[in-house]
Amino acid sequence: MLSYVLKRLAQLVVVSFIISVLVFLLIHLLPGDPTSIILGGNDTAANRQILLHQLGLNTPLYHQYWIWLIHALHGNLGQSYLTHETVGHVIATGFPIDVELIIISQVVAFTVAIPLALITSRRPNRPLDNIATTGTFGLLALPPFLIAPILVAIFAVGLHWFPATGYIPFGQNPATNLHDMILPGLALTAGSIAVYYRLLRSDLIMTLQEDFITMARSKGLSNRRIMMRQAFRPSTFSLLAVAGVNIGSLLAGTFIVEYLFAMPGLGYSIVQAVQQRDYLIVQGIALVVAIAYVVLQFIIDFLFTVVDPRVTRE
Amino acid sequence: MSARRSGRSAGRTLEFLDVTDLADPLLVVNDLHTSFRSGRGTVHAVDGVSLTVSRGKTLGIVGESGSGKTVLARSIMGLLPTRDVIRSGTVQFAGHEMTTMAPAQLRQVWGAQMSMIFQDPMTALNPVVRIGRQITDSLRLHLHMDRREANATAVELLRSVGIPSPEERVRWYPFQLSGGMRQRVMIAIALACAPRLVLADEPTTGLDVSVQAQILDLLEAMQNERHMAVVLVTHDLGVVAKRADEIAVMYAGRIVERAPTRTLFAHTHMPYTRALMDSIPRLANPSGTRLQAIGGRPPDLIHPPKGCRFAPRCAYAQDKCRESDPPLRTAASSDHVFACWFPLVDRVSADGSATSSASEVDREAPSS
Repeated sequence: MLSYVLKRLAQLVVVSFIISVLVFLLIHLLPGDPTSIILGGNDTAANRQILLHQLGLNTPLYHQYWIWLIHALHGNLGQSYLTHETVGHVIATGFPIDVELIIISQVVAFTVAIPLALITSRRPNRPLDNIATTGTFGLLALPPFLIAPILVAIFAVGLHWFPATGYIPFGQNPATNLHDMILPGLALTAGSIAVYYRLLRSDLIMTLQEDFITMARSKGLSNRRIMMRQAFRPSTFSLLAVAGVNIGSLLAGTFIVEYLFAMPGLGYSIVQAVQQRDYLIVQGIALVVAIAYVVLQFIIDFLFTVVDPRVTRE
Repeated sequence: MSARRSGRSAGRTLEFLDVTDLADPLLVVNDLHTSFRSGRGTVHAVDGVSLTVSRGKTLGIVGESGSGKTVLARSIMGLLPTRDVIRSGTVQFAGHEMTTMAPAQLRQVWGAQMSMIFQDPMTALNPVVRIGRQITDSLRLHLHMDRREANATAVELLRSVGIPSPEERVRWYPFQLSGGMRQRVMIAIALACAPRLVLADEPTTGLDVSVQAQILDLLEAMQNERHMAVVLVTHDLGVVAKRADEIAVMYAGRIVERAPTRTLFAHTHMPYTRALMDSIPRLANPSGTRLQAIGGRPPDLIHPPKGCRFAPRCAYAQDKCRESDPPLRTAASSDHVFACWFPLVDRVSADGSATSSASEVDREAPSS
């Protein structure tokens, strides 16, 4: 168990290192060099040399990487050349928004998908199952940019239950923050519900045909107990794997929802930065998102050991 | 939720007869039919089976793959899904009719009074549940033990089925055990609540030959200790030859011959039973002896052939066999029934020539 976790941890470090190199090189893939951007009209050869020297761009690449890495580890990822806001600040404001949106959307997705799958998989192709399966298929076909305006029209404009846009940091007012987060969270959850429900339903149907389920029935266990304690856990392996990929894609993939609800999340910031060629912002966000993704997969790998004892012991 | 509600409404306890009441047969199955609706038509997997099992006795059910043995065992227990399955006939267990029981009542019988040992110990144990809990499940449910008591009982059960250091092994997962060990665990699960009847569905098929005998001996020892009745389902006549009190031979969903073990081997009437006996490998035969396999395949159970279902594969089949279905009838001794127009014992007198020698007819039960 411990050796498995340590092995995964070592992998995490290696992958993070590779990511940092790639993200660092991102800047060097751009046409031209930063001096021409910074100097604008004054890009004479002499000025360029001075600036290259000042910025340390005349040293070997590995040296530049080392300097950049040390700064990055201290939280210094540079600043926006447009707004002069530090990259660290952009991330510190944006990242919690993404995390909160993802948590809300995933909690809702699992609390809807799991019970629904547990109920319908016992009697596949009966009316209830058909309704749920068709319904989630519909959800799958609705992208967030369609769901968000519908939610706003009904719950914000129509019923005035929630604000249409706006965001207050959690630290300032947790209640208002959570209230504001509900609609964008729901807009993101639809696709996850559909994917999780359909996956768990089909895995449960497969599991229920296993010999060990008949065995459990022959012991006289109730259907409810069989679903909860015998069938559910062995049916969650692919759900867990897909949830990892899905949550990963939501990291910085929340752009449209953040845009529609005017929230300065990472997804929103990176798209803006790309449009404005604000490369240090792009670089900083890319680094954070990539590392968050790797950490997420580490957590998923760990959860596999909880769900399936064979992972670590075989 | 609904399961719990119905469990409560039908929660009245079933009254079972005392174990000492030996006269009454424990299990009486009468004209049991089980068929499956499939895309091609209705599969008649069990087609009018009747049998009885007395308390503490062993009934062997023998037949080829696809003869309906497993479906029969599951039909007796009522374990088959209700969808696309049609079942008729009666199953009386300790005086209670099983076929009309509500699911909640069946769950009181399952595991507690009647349990099943499954064929494949690799797939019949939950891979992500510790073996201890797979045993304590039914102890806590049926015997209302608390956690500590159930755990202690599970350890004792594992010890009694011959699992070394059971205190440690209760916390193991099935994948950490060998096939033979898993089958021992399965037996421990099936016997946990001391049921009166155990349906063992090919309990040794997935195991090494050397382990097979150990498992069967274990089952027999537990049976004697607890005075359980056992229905031993197998494709291997050799397995039941020495262990069963009575043997029922199944072919194409029907019992074609049923007799006390000694009678069956001494006075085999049905050519199919003889063919099964001949297909048992014998140590006495010189090495290189060809195994006597039964040619052809079991019939299609959607459109069974006219007449005797074994006729197409039977060396002795005559026109009458292909025309009409032989009924199950009683042989010389009243506890021996068979379904054949030209039983092997009559053959000498029937065609006046000795087609089967006396030594063949009187053959003793082979050693397994």
